[in-house]
Amino acid sequence: MAKRPKTFHPVVATANDLPTGAVVFRHPDGDWSGDIAAAEIATTPEQADALLAHAQADQGPGNRIVDLALIEVVREGAFVRPTALRELIRTSGPTIALPADGRPAGH
Amino acid sequence: MYRYDEFDRTFVQERVAEFRDQVARRLSGELTEDQFKPLRLMNGVYLQLHAYMLRIAIPYGTLSSRQLRLLASIARDHDKGYGHFTTRQNLQFNWIALKDVPDILDKLAGVEMHAIQTSGNCIRNVTADHFAGAAADEAADPRPYAEILRQWSSLHPEFTFLPRKFKLAVIGAPNDRAAIQTHDIGLQVKRDETGSLGFAVYVGGGQGRTPMVARKLRDFLPEADLLAYCEAVLRVYNLEGRRDNKYKARIKILVHETGEAAFTEAVDAEFAALKGKALTLPADEVDRIGAYFASPAFASLPAQSDLYERAVKTDPAFARFASRNVHPHKIPGYGIVTISLKPTGQPPGDATATQMEAVADLAAHYGFDEIRVSHEQNLVLPHVRLDDIPAVFEALRAAGLATPNAGLVTDIISCPGLDYCSLATARSIPIAERLSERFADLDRQHAIGELKIKISGCINACGHHHVGHIGILGLERKGEEFYQITLGGSGDQICTIGEIVGRGFSSGEIVDAVETVIDTYLGLRTSPQETFLAAYRRVGEAPFREALYAAAG
Repeated sequence: MAKRPKTFHPVVATANDLPTGAVVFRHPDGDWSGDIAAAEIATTPEQADALLAHAQADQGPGNRIVDLALIEVVREGAFVRPTALRELIRTSGPTIALPADGRPAGH
Repeated sequence: MYRYDEFDRTFVQERVAEFRDQVARRLSGELTEDQFKPLRLMNGVYLQLHAYMLRIAIPYGTLSSRQLRLLASIARDHDKGYGHFTTRQNLQFNWIALKDVPDILDKLAGVEMHAIQTSGNCIRNVTADHFAGAAADEAADPRPYAEILRQWSSLHPEFTFLPRKFKLAVIGAPNDRAAIQTHDIGLQVKRDETGSLGFAVYVGGGQGRTPMVARKLRDFLPEADLLAYCEAVLRVYNLEGRRDNKYKARIKILVHETGEAAFTEAVDAEFAALKGKALTLPADEVDRIGAYFASPAFASLPAQSDLYERAVKTDPAFARFASRNVHPHKIPGYGIVTISLKPTGQPPGDATATQMEAVADLAAHYGFDEIRVSHEQNLVLPHVRLDDIPAVFEALRAAGLATPNAGLVTDIISCPGLDYCSLATARSIPIAERLSERFADLDRQHAIGELKIKISGCINACGHHHVGHIGILGLERKGEEFYQITLGGSGDQICTIGEIVGRGFSSGEIVDAVETVIDTYLGLRTSPQETFLAAYRRVGEAPFREALYAAAG
């Protein structure tokens, strides 16, 4: 769990989807998806506390998510991106080209 | 190759069924993550940055073509079409869904593979010389002993909750190709003056944040005492190893803090109690396991192959390949072929499903159905007729696997780093790719000669940077990646921990810095035969430090 920094910056709730491991973000309606632009952004410490409480509840009996954390983000127009490189890579995927297999699945 | 018996088969199948039930209970919410995490780790399932990662054990780095084909099909059907061979001779899939893992483990069990003990504080997959059973310099094949150790350590009831993970490596030759002195226990099979087999035993090596070269506790441990002695070492470690601080929990710290003499005394006391009893290796059992690793039916061939020699003379590309990627075999007329997984500008150790299948085909057709994984993240065909190597080369070329760079500057070891790993502090693959591109010119690579660059994306040192001739450690400072260079490390029989040469370099600077180190070496070597490591050992770090930092004052 990320500690709250001394100077507050906007945060979103992120986790991994339990069955697939995919990176997901919590939306204002309580849904979780891979779209960080649709994530609920907490802009005050109080909002962050509430977001965290809601997100923690999502780890409960439904068990939809795992490895929950609040991460700092910056908003640039319509774009939202994590501040830390680690979280940026988590959100966007590896910064390298993945090896491309010559044949499709099932062959 | 070793084949599962009834016990092995039942044991692995029961484990798969058990984990299938555990996954179902996790997905249904019956188990919490805290309850489930230790269970998934015991089955090789990590949660990384983007997805679950499944680490599959390849015992002593030996695979059949059937097994490699199965790995290819898992890559294609359950991952993104590729896998990553690691510095512990394992295979990692980076994009696995938890819900698929039981089915994947089921498929693996069908080809006598599993992911048990590839994580957690237990005895991990036993590694070995990737040239085992083929190398011309070998006293004996180390794999039967690695297999015996695997059987002894699998679900060993006393050693399932060690203070920390525990790694063993075994070689059978004086030239160490498995970095045994950086392992918790390293074993070298050797013969004494009477011709009897036994082991030099090294204990307490390791990398990570406190790198240490193992101490040689025994110069010659008789073969029959292998398990009793290893059990004695593990027992002392299990009882006395620190559990208060995970960074001080490896056996290397215990050996260091206890002192070699006192530690040896404690092991000897345990060994005295165990020796000559149930753990004594019966000779017929050693023979029984050894029979699984009997040499294939080699043909009687002339030592020289006209076909091979002609290809060397007429095809410069083949000549390059032969000079770096073909090693002497113990049997006349055969060679050992290293398949580089380090093509220019690509992630070290990755192979696509199609490439795995191409290698499996070659092993089946030309190589007695055997494939090895090296700790240097390459594949090996250990037994190929010299007559067949030109054809193998052409097939590898077609599969994008014929890079003639084994042991050269672009044969880089790299951990997955921050592109995949949740522990990483910096990216390592992009640095490896940029270095590979910078030194892509084969004439230049071959002129530089033997040079091992090893890159880790954090202090845990999965990329073995401490024993790189040039080691690169990626760290993070104030949100920026930076890279520390160590020089003079070596993981071979003259094992040495590299020395930090000075302040770190930014991501933008690091490739130039490595080039400066290499240019400095080229300027001071006494002849092209003096390798980077030999030159470094002769002159020390001063000329390199001066070249790196002089401009900055």
